[in-house]
Amino acid sequence: MKNFLRILSLIIVFLATPLSCHAAEKIEYLKTDWSFKGLFGKFDRGALQRGYQVYTEVCASCHSMKYLSYRNLAEKGGPEFTEQQAKAIAASFDVTDGPNSDGEMFTRPGKLSDKFVMPYENVKAAQAANGGAYPPDMSVLVKARGGGVDYIYSLLQGYEDPPAGISLDEGVHYNKYMYGNKIKMSNPLSDGLVEYSDGTNATVEQMSKDVTTFLMWTAEPHLETRHQMGFKAILYLIILTILVYFSMKRIWSRVETEV
Amino acid sequence: MSDHEYTPKSKAGKWFNDRLPLLTLANHLTDYPTPKNLNYWWTFGGILTFCLITQIVTGLTLAMHYIAHADMAFESVEHIMRDVNYGWLIRYIHANGASMFFLAVYIHIFRSLFYGSYKAPREIIWIIGIIIYLLMMAAAFMGYVLPWGQMSFWGATVITNLFSAIPLVGEGIVTWLWGGYSVDNPTLTRFFTLHYLIPFLILGLVVLHIWALHVPGNNNPVGIDVKKPSKDTVPFHPYIVIKDGFALLMFMIVFAFFVFYTPNILGHADNYIEADPLVTPAHIVPEWYLLPFYAILRSVPDKLLGVIAMLSAILILAALPWLDTSKIRSAVFRPLYKQFYWILVADVLILGYVGAMPAEGLYLLVARVATAYYFLHFLVILPVLGLKEKTLPVPLSITEPILGGTANLATARNKESSIK
Repeated sequence: MKNFLRILSLIIVFLATPLSCHAAEKIEYLKTDWSFKGLFGKFDRGALQRGYQVYTEVCASCHSMKYLSYRNLAEKGGPEFTEQQAKAIAASFDVTDGPNSDGEMFTRPGKLSDKFVMPYENVKAAQAANGGAYPPDMSVLVKARGGGVDYIYSLLQGYEDPPAGISLDEGVHYNKYMYGNKIKMSNPLSDGLVEYSDGTNATVEQMSKDVTTFLMWTAEPHLETRHQMGFKAILYLIILTILVYFSMKRIWSRVETEV
Repeated sequence: MSDHEYTPKSKAGKWFNDRLPLLTLANHLTDYPTPKNLNYWWTFGGILTFCLITQIVTGLTLAMHYIAHADMAFESVEHIMRDVNYGWLIRYIHANGASMFFLAVYIHIFRSLFYGSYKAPREIIWIIGIIIYLLMMAAAFMGYVLPWGQMSFWGATVITNLFSAIPLVGEGIVTWLWGGYSVDNPTLTRFFTLHYLIPFLILGLVVLHIWALHVPGNNNPVGIDVKKPSKDTVPFHPYIVIKDGFALLMFMIVFAFFVFYTPNILGHADNYIEADPLVTPAHIVPEWYLLPFYAILRSVPDKLLGVIAMLSAILILAALPWLDTSKIRSAVFRPLYKQFYWILVADVLILGYVGAMPAEGLYLLVARVATAYYFLHFLVILPVLGLKEKTLPVPLSITEPILGGTANLATARNKESSIK
């Protein structure tokens, strides 16, 4: 048993090394204390609501969020706006619906069941408006980038003047955390860009953290349930394992062999 | 199963059993005499059965919500993750379950290598196992394509393109596999169909694998034939059932940790970007469990030879019972083989590591040396070692080394002299 566990742990350590080596090759990202990490990690409700505000006032003018519906904003484990608030948010957007009985498309205020309205009609329109670069959909963005939340958080704060010797084309910006350091998105945040209703000081760092938290939720809307259920499931398994261990010892005591 | 006499006690049971001997089968399975010295490396057979059932059950549920269409597959996976009740849980179990399945199968295979479980009379069990392993790789590869992310698309492109290395008909075969002139919707739908079919083929082969096992019975850490039933064996139920159950629960704790706390760590971030035929990812890497073979493929400069090397690396395992010339099964009594065994383990792990790295410079050199060693192990070291190695004395029975400790080894038969 001891031998078995020793060899097994060695193998697992060896298998895990490439993963960590891989990460070590890349640049050090800025770190912050994410509330949703760890065994009991939960979203900071305030950060999610503020993050939504940053998203909708800043990012949403270019970035779509096509897998989310307005109803999600009022769901448990998310920003948890009240249903009235979520309805008001939805109603502030114009949604194209139809065709009606005359065969015409028409515009109406958004409902909870509507998907987030897209800033552009299609990918081509988005590219045309952004100098050929397509602003990626943000629904699963943090899961689609190697560094995850740390990468997005750093990227938003990584704009600086290009070092000497690097020349940038028109509409290209320097960002020390971007892959290849060249990014078509201009620096989206500046101190005081949004006015938080809860009085939080809207520094670039604060907004980066809030909007990244919001993006973590949009990518993993069931993260809180997952953590809660995971803790219960693993606790249950550990207790059951201990019980089965003693039953096994008891049963095997009938034969003179170690288990 | 023929050595078994069993009559059900009840009249109804007897009536049924005379017409379909299911009760005889059940009785055989519970009474099945198992060597009592099996260690925890032997619990992975049961764990693998659990993995297969888990994949089938979660897979069926996912298939109820998944849409196999190039324009809708990615979205339907997000629908599962967001709106299907516990869809995220089912998908994360299925995705991480594939990794767990391979983790378990590698331990299972390397256990066979250490204790010589592939040797006579268990060659058929071993070969069926290799076929299962091949099918698992096919199923895993096609399953990875279904979410239709960037790695899905480009992984499918790279792997299907391997067939173009076949002289003359290669290009035609690739077009035939794709169902068109590039990886597209027809490719996705046929991969989905095959991904659905293969697990049931595996299930059938698992039945044969277990059937073939029950004819000679289990090998064991000492690697000697045991009389069944005898003092050296215990009935499968309850002894092995509870032990396998205990090991399975420990395995499930690790499994649960991945599912609930790091569900995406074994996947690639690029697969959360919807497939785009116009944008090639910076590095195209397969899932971790295919990396050693990917390293072998890339270490050969010629495409066709690379494909041949990769396939041979797997198929060579099927010839293992005949490549290993040693009469002694267990590495416990083969001091030299034991060392070469651990070198092989390290070699495969190194291949896996360089498989994840770009094929250039030092990585490429290491991959080439490790590939050469892999084949050297099976084609030269094993056949020669079996003839030259001075093995240790093998005990007469399982009970001996356990009850008597080392003193009894002196009274043990000297197997060496009996071979030479």
